[in-house]
Amino acid sequence: MKLLRLVATLLFAAVAVLPAPTFAGGGGRTPKPVVSIENPGKCVAPAEEMRRNHMEMLKHQRDRTLRQGIRGEPASLNACIECHASKRTGSVLGGKDNFCESCHSYVAVKLDCFECHQPKAKFKAAGLKP
Amino acid sequence: MNAPDRNPRRAFIAAAGAGVAGLGFTAIAPGLHLMAVASEANAAARPAGTAASPAVRWGLLIDATKCAPGCTKCIDACHTENGVNEKLPDARQASQWIRKIELVDRRNGKKTELPMMCQHCAKPPCVDVCPTGASMKRADGIVLVDRHTCIGCRYCMMACPYKARSLVHVPLTEQNPEVPRGQGCVESCTLCVHRVDKGQIPACVESCPEGAMIFGDLNDPSSAIAKRIASVPTTQVRSDLRLNQAVRYQGI
Repeated sequence: MKLLRLVATLLFAAVAVLPAPTFAGGGGRTPKPVVSIENPGKCVAPAEEMRRNHMEMLKHQRDRTLRQGIRGEPASLNACIECHASKRTGSVLGGKDNFCESCHSYVAVKLDCFECHQPKAKFKAAGLKP
Repeated sequence: MNAPDRNPRRAFIAAAGAGVAGLGFTAIAPGLHLMAVASEANAAARPAGTAASPAVRWGLLIDATKCAPGCTKCIDACHTENGVNEKLPDARQASQWIRKIELVDRRNGKKTELPMMCQHCAKPPCVDVCPTGASMKRADGIVLVDRHTCIGCRYCMMACPYKARSLVHVPLTEQNPEVPRGQGCVESCTLCVHRVDKGQIPACVESCPEGAMIFGDLNDPSSAIAKRIASVPTTQVRSDLRLNQAVRYQGI
């Protein structure tokens, strides 16, 4: 009887302890980002540096380009998009497989660039007749 | 030289040259038209990594006597180049990148049409009034809006004597990659800054079938635009404001 109680307690303990890590770590609630690099091997900096500093690189580049007119810098949002846009949808946004959106939705950081910038590679807009 | 020349502009210049040598070129005013062709490329593209130079001042000269009534080619070219294609519920919200205006002399009914856009003032009132520093003038005289800092207050729209600025009222998804634009920011003619930096001329100038627009460096006495301004009477619109606009008009 004592043995049975011990087994029951152990089972209860196991059931009480196990669900939490299984639920959180198994990817049920928050899917891990899918980082698929469509054109690998050509980035302007190593992946570790890009992960940590890409926003700083873009921020300083955008000011130099717009305010001083310096073109052709290594860091550029359009250059990012040319390499990282999904081959299927042509965009860096749109779903969990798309390069920018994938990580940004995982870390819950709002992505404001594309309120103005075009997320699709080689996109050609049409004009409207006046 | 044996490779076929794929640049249509060069082919056109060659054809124009052949026209001069042969027949049929007298139909267009020869001197003026050739000057317009010569300005089809600005000075060479600025090398990567160099900033816009204060020695240069980009400008436009628009010959209103050549501007054809009813023609909207410059507007169409501007809207295609800059991805201006949103449909708006209210016409009063329309973009003001470039529009055509008609002048009528009431005494004799003489009508003149001309394109009106940001005049790229040397002393721009829009820059003076901007509370965030988003409205700015580049070293080479091009007046721009830094959308990264624009808060959409529209003070610059009120300050501009030319009604050359407009606010984007709707969310956009079809921008050209080189011309970012979006809801909540003020915008205006950029003098096609992305093309100028590559050594090209603005889309409106390139599209004008009458050769009524010349683009170039006002500070370079040998440029087509500076030569024309030095030789024929041209005016700045509302020159009484003494803003020293980079866009000048001939025949108004």
